[in-house]
Amino acid sequence: MTVLPDATPSPEGRRGRISRALNDARIRSVLIQVLTLLAVFAAAIWIVNNTVANLNARNMSAGFDFLDVSAGFGIGFTLIPYQEGDSYLRVFAVGIMNTLLVAVVAIVLATIFGVFVGLARLSNNWIIGAVARSYVEVIRNTPLLLQIIAWYFGVFNLLPRPRDSIELANGFVLNNRGFYLPAPVAEAGFSLFAAVVLGAIVFAIGLYVWAQRRLERTGQAFPAILTGVAIVVFVPLLAYVVLGRPVSWDMPVLQGFNFTGGLSVPPSFCALIVALSAYTSCFIAEIIRSGIQSVSKGQLEAAGALNLPSNWTLRRVVMPQAMRVIIPPLISQYLNVTKNSSLAIAIGFPDLVSVWMNTSLNQSGRAIPIVAMTMAFYCAVSLSVSAVMNVYNKRVQLQER
Amino acid sequence: MKKTLFTCGILAAFAATPAVAQETLQTVRDRGILNCQVGLPTPGFYQLADDGMWSGMDVDMCRAVSAAIFGDPDQVEYQSVTSAVRFTSLANAESDMLSRTTTWTAVRDTQLGLDFTAINFYDGQGFMVPADTGITSALELDGATICVLTGTTTELNLADYFRANGMSFTPVTNENVNVLVETYLGGGCDAYTNDKSGLAARRSAFPDPSAHVFLPETVSKEPLGPVVRQGDDAWANLVRWTIYGLMNAEELGVTSENVQEMTGSADPNIARLLGSEGNIGEELGVSPTFMVDAIAAVGNYGEIYERHVGADTAIGIPREGTLNALWTEGGLIYAPPFR
Repeated sequence: MTVLPDATPSPEGRRGRISRALNDARIRSVLIQVLTLLAVFAAAIWIVNNTVANLNARNMSAGFDFLDVSAGFGIGFTLIPYQEGDSYLRVFAVGIMNTLLVAVVAIVLATIFGVFVGLARLSNNWIIGAVARSYVEVIRNTPLLLQIIAWYFGVFNLLPRPRDSIELANGFVLNNRGFYLPAPVAEAGFSLFAAVVLGAIVFAIGLYVWAQRRLERTGQAFPAILTGVAIVVFVPLLAYVVLGRPVSWDMPVLQGFNFTGGLSVPPSFCALIVALSAYTSCFIAEIIRSGIQSVSKGQLEAAGALNLPSNWTLRRVVMPQAMRVIIPPLISQYLNVTKNSSLAIAIGFPDLVSVWMNTSLNQSGRAIPIVAMTMAFYCAVSLSVSAVMNVYNKRVQLQER
Repeated sequence: MKKTLFTCGILAAFAATPAVAQETLQTVRDRGILNCQVGLPTPGFYQLADDGMWSGMDVDMCRAVSAAIFGDPDQVEYQSVTSAVRFTSLANAESDMLSRTTTWTAVRDTQLGLDFTAINFYDGQGFMVPADTGITSALELDGATICVLTGTTTELNLADYFRANGMSFTPVTNENVNVLVETYLGGGCDAYTNDKSGLAARRSAFPDPSAHVFLPETVSKEPLGPVVRQGDDAWANLVRWTIYGLMNAEELGVTSENVQEMTGSADPNIARLLGSEGNIGEELGVSPTFMVDAIAAVGNYGEIYERHVGADTAIGIPREGTLNALWTEGGLIYAPPFR
């Protein structure tokens, strides 16, 4: 009779197995992660319970049920339709749209201006370099809030009243109530016109991609950018005439107190955009300059030795290498613009912080949900901008093989 | 031994209740200072002199409460905060009471953890426009740009009024009243709206007050008064009855000048008010003669009104025939009896 091994382990054996498992790095790390996760959840539950208990102790209402209650106050500038009787949720949406508008416009302007100033800083012309340098040093070294308030009170609030408005061009009006411009209105044949414009843009982009591929394959160049610009400008112009003016313009006209019709932005928006883009453009200028200066002189000399034309040297030799240095700090500047736009509250532009975290919070008294929603929004925007820019950054980084 | 156990039991029971909601009076006594929240300086109601002294009608409410507790009206620390954060500041116990032209509304009373004590000024919202615009009625303001303080009932009333009358407007908002007034004076809006007392107070500080006129419409009712945190009824009672005491004093003819002689008055109403009879003061947790101290320090309601916002001041809001006259003279100032 053979002796079968005992199926149930002895107590000593079980203990041995547990201690062996605890010494196993993989099992131990899983265990630690599970425990940490539990601790985080427990802490979160405790915080929520504690907050609710404290709010109850102070007889204050909590929760998200206020979101469909009518807000009841007016908002001076909205991108999406809003009326005083709309819900708090709508106010949240209005605030988000306004914040995003400020961020996008300021980022575009700051980038254009920043590149311009950054290149001017590198100019061999002493006057251009000095002007660009003093611009950067003055604007960069004063607080942004101060600049916003200075632009608002020092410039846009001092503009003439509506009756004495400055008319920059036909339909472009500037006064202390805002900046007014003509609004496009769709007429008959507009959808065809829109399709033509879209087609022209797609064709121009396709042309550029094709030219790039051909350049890499055969070394033959094609002036894709110039051709593309010409297509995007002239094809819609031709279509506009042929289709019998499918777009008409709604002009702002002085009626009663203010100009009505057309598009308009309030003075607080103008002050905010000017201040934000000027301030950020200084940092972007320095980033561009540092990026370009990081390209070693030998690269330029090599390009010169190959007799490359100077615009090619910039576009094909300097910029691709400079971009690796430029992109990461540029990402953080874009994130800063988005967050700095919350300073709008100082001059009363209805951005998210102003209409949501200030007005709505005060009118509804729901501090915790409102602050949480605001934080979630800024977090989401910053993380998505960062994600998009990181993808782009990967593409311009050195391709190591 | 039994007594000690009993005391311990009581102490334990009280320790279990949240300290923040109770015993404000004891906290104030221990601190030796009353933390009183006012707004950004506003003439007549809470204004700040060059030497750093606060004065005004709402400031006197704090001084009266301080006098009632300490016998000294100056044991007050004033906290000047914007209207947008006033209730948060009170809820966090940074201030013991709030006295700053705050409107009593249902939402504030029931959802924000606030307790309105008494109404010390009956106000209504109005509009101010530059005189040279020639506007004579709020109904002519269709399409106007209007400056309004954010986080206030004014902001909501403004929207309601224009909606009710089928008119449109563009609000220019800010939480800082000084920024808003600068915007208005710079022509950034066609009209400035606020409680009428607030309009009068602001205008009195303009470089040229006569260049601005008030429109006749009153578009809302704004009962203003001091506010405390909900949950400490004893404290709310003390603030409430100090203010009612000032109103009763005016009705009974007790002033800051004659209050000492009046303590010997044969009128039982006056005797109860001034603590020579009854135990109202003790039951409120202060000295029996707390109203003597309060009235001696700031005067009765009528004196306070005339000193800070009355017809003879720069603000110049006549009292006669308005809601803020005593009920015996056709107004709404009507304090429950001191008995």
